Amino acid sequence: MKTLPAVDAVIIGGGWAGLLMAKELGSRTALSIVVLERGVPRQTSDYTDAMDELDYAIRLRMMQDLSEETVTLRHNNSQRALPLRQHGSFLPGAGVGGSGEHWNAQCPRFLPDCFELLSRITEKYGAKSLPEDHSIRDWGITYDELEPYYARTEKLLGVSGKAGNLNGKQIDGGNIFEGWRSEEYPTPPTKLPYFSALFRDAATSLGYHPYSAPSATISQSYTNPDGISRGACTYCGFCGRFGCMVGAKAQPTNLLLPIIQKRKNIVLRTGGWVRRILFDSGTNSKARGVTYIDASGEEIFQPASLVFLSSWTFNNTRLLLLSGIGKPYDPATGDGTVGSNLTHQVATPAATVFFEQPLNRFMGSGSAGILMSDFDGDVFDHGRLGFLRGGVLTARGYGFQPIANFGVVPQSVKAKWGSEWKKAAISYYDRTGVVSFTGEHLAYKGNCMDLDPTYKDKLGDPLLRLTLDWQDNERKMSDFATPKAVEIARAMGAKEITPSSGLRRYDATRYQSTHVQGGTIMGNSPAHSVVNPYLQHWQLPNLFILGASTFPQNSSANPTPTVLAFVYRTADAIVGRYLKSPGPLA
Amino acid sequence: MRRRHFLTLSAATLGGVLVYSLDRKVSLLASTQKPIRIPLRFFTETEALIVAAAASRIFPSDDSGPGAREAGVAIYIDRQLAASYGRDRYRYTQPPFEDAPPELGYQAKETPRQIYREGLKALKGLHLLPPAEQDTALRQMESSVLFALLRQNTIEGMFCDPMHGGNAGMVGWQLVGFPGPRMNNYDDVEKHYGEAFRPKPASLNQVTGKKIRPSEDES
Repeated sequence: MKTLPAVDAVIIGGGWAGLLMAKELGSRTALSIVVLERGVPRQTSDYTDAMDELDYAIRLRMMQDLSEETVTLRHNNSQRALPLRQHGSFLPGAGVGGSGEHWNAQCPRFLPDCFELLSRITEKYGAKSLPEDHSIRDWGITYDELEPYYARTEKLLGVSGKAGNLNGKQIDGGNIFEGWRSEEYPTPPTKLPYFSALFRDAATSLGYHPYSAPSATISQSYTNPDGISRGACTYCGFCGRFGCMVGAKAQPTNLLLPIIQKRKNIVLRTGGWVRRILFDSGTNSKARGVTYIDASGEEIFQPASLVFLSSWTFNNTRLLLLSGIGKPYDPATGDGTVGSNLTHQVATPAATVFFEQPLNRFMGSGSAGILMSDFDGDVFDHGRLGFLRGGVLTARGYGFQPIANFGVVPQSVKAKWGSEWKKAAISYYDRTGVVSFTGEHLAYKGNCMDLDPTYKDKLGDPLLRLTLDWQDNERKMSDFATPKAVEIARAMGAKEITPSSGLRRYDATRYQSTHVQGGTIMGNSPAHSVVNPYLQHWQLPNLFILGASTFPQNSSANPTPTVLAFVYRTADAIVGRYLKSPGPLA
Repeated sequence: MRRRHFLTLSAATLGGVLVYSLDRKVSLLASTQKPIRIPLRFFTETEALIVAAAASRIFPSDDSGPGAREAGVAIYIDRQLAASYGRDRYRYTQPPFEDAPPELGYQAKETPRQIYREGLKALKGLHLLPPAEQDTALRQMESSVLFALLRQNTIEGMFCDPMHGGNAGMVGWQLVGFPGPRMNNYDDVEKHYGEAFRPKPASLNQVTGKKIRPSEDES
């Protein structure tokens, strides 16, 4: 094994979280920083040639190569887990920028009560309302503490939208249920594809409060506080699963990489596959650095004074388990912390809506559209509903491409192939839209991660094993949302509607969202969490873990802005406090 | 080395004047022209004829417009199977292979190439049958892994960018009014509410003015 000269900081993973930390520390200090990204180099200018549905959206060219490493899944611990051999319910990215390159750039904040979920539910509905096997927790931080970092994140990304709560003042047309925001969005809402406009008008007519989806694919040209300029979205519709060819979408390669590349104190190494974090235990316990296999196959030790683990939810958890850092979580006893609180997100096609008129669905953007939070979080009374929390009904203005969208027909069409099917599928191709429901997924004791006893990655290391299934709370929540979506679809002038068939077992073959949380959660006590609310490891104070792996449970909202807000807060704490006096920040 | 196989196509067998894609060159095949021979990368000629026949029943050429035959779906599938997709280059293929509930996805060892090569044996002679009997044969295998692949790959071959060998002449895109990778809809996205807006399709090569290399042509 070759040992490289020590650096001040090593960052594992070159996605949103890792590159934002590199940019912050590298621009504000003289620290020497190495970022290790196991995927390929990328840059925004690559993407003009990539507007190809087959290679990118169907064969998933920007995603992790599962032949090298995947995860295994079982629904409960009496089963044997099997590998997810192809991509399905989530799509982790690979390469510089990670999943931040192929995301849809949907950019909502979490509701304030998400951060104190256990306390808030207990206060309002009593401890008895909690599912028996829940592991819902407070985060150890409040929305008010995080708000300035949300504002900073939105300026970094140039998020387009309209405030619904400006310093406590409710504003019509925005999301009146959102947490207070200190400033208006940096850019105004995006344009609206027709399907989303139909939803807005219908929801308004029914007395709901629809609003423009917060979008990091921006509505007009914008220069962020780092001096990075981007132009407006052109509604080409090649967003999620693609990189943005005009750079209107915020992605690490257009917002962070140009700054990083100019800094002599930051080195980005691609093709470096980190296998272990080395550490000293005992009274002066600390991380020593990382070992990785470089692009040529050589094993390297990179010593560092600070270690940042920012390799997405699965590998953040797996690297701690492989490295023997912390105590693995045991769902039977509740002991241990690493691997607990695995959550995904409820995502159902609540109402598939068929219209008389054409919708021109090829035009759109992955983050343009209309959302409605009237049934989100706890903004409606759950008194007799028999479930907790809720979610957002959405009419997204995604651009439709034909391989993925051809063949969606009303239930009255029984044929799956042949002339009858073809005629119906052609006829409905541009007359179909989906009102989706995206809901919170509570944390349960039994939904967790550990190392698989059977299946290995390309280097012989165990795969991460997920034990994951839906519970009654998610099923009831989804069943509650479906008739609401159908009601709105009717008001939109639907010719036919296919309601969601509901949630059964967790289905790894159907895309839900790439919002997987937990495994290395934050909290106020080392007994139940891996990191403190500064994302600092409780036992190894020079190890910081960035990303949604630190979220005790998910929200109905997309996690990226919350991930970035926490990175900013941690960077401030490191620059302002830790570097002056290294040690625990909380 | 395998013996080189060709798919021989004539305007007569395809029914009149057609646009056909030959190694990414678009050829206009008029009824007066001689048959063209397309080199196959994976299939034998017989296999290609069976796949072409099956795809044509899944997505027929009929009064609602052209189908798999005109789009070149069999050529598309041949190229995909010869490349990374066909050999499962990006799938996790480590053993043990176990039966699983459907929610865990396809778990078997067989690659798309193996599924086609083995599965097509059961469809021997399909291309020689009349359409009604072809439908009966396909209906009998509707629940098989091969049929699911045939159906999915047929849709891909109908609507992919023409650089992949399917959607010849952009016939698939014209069927559904998809314009291809249209770079700028800024002025149009809010302008055509409730009415069909159908810009003329253009392929990725036409839009970029470059010859883009599809993934199946990479080593």
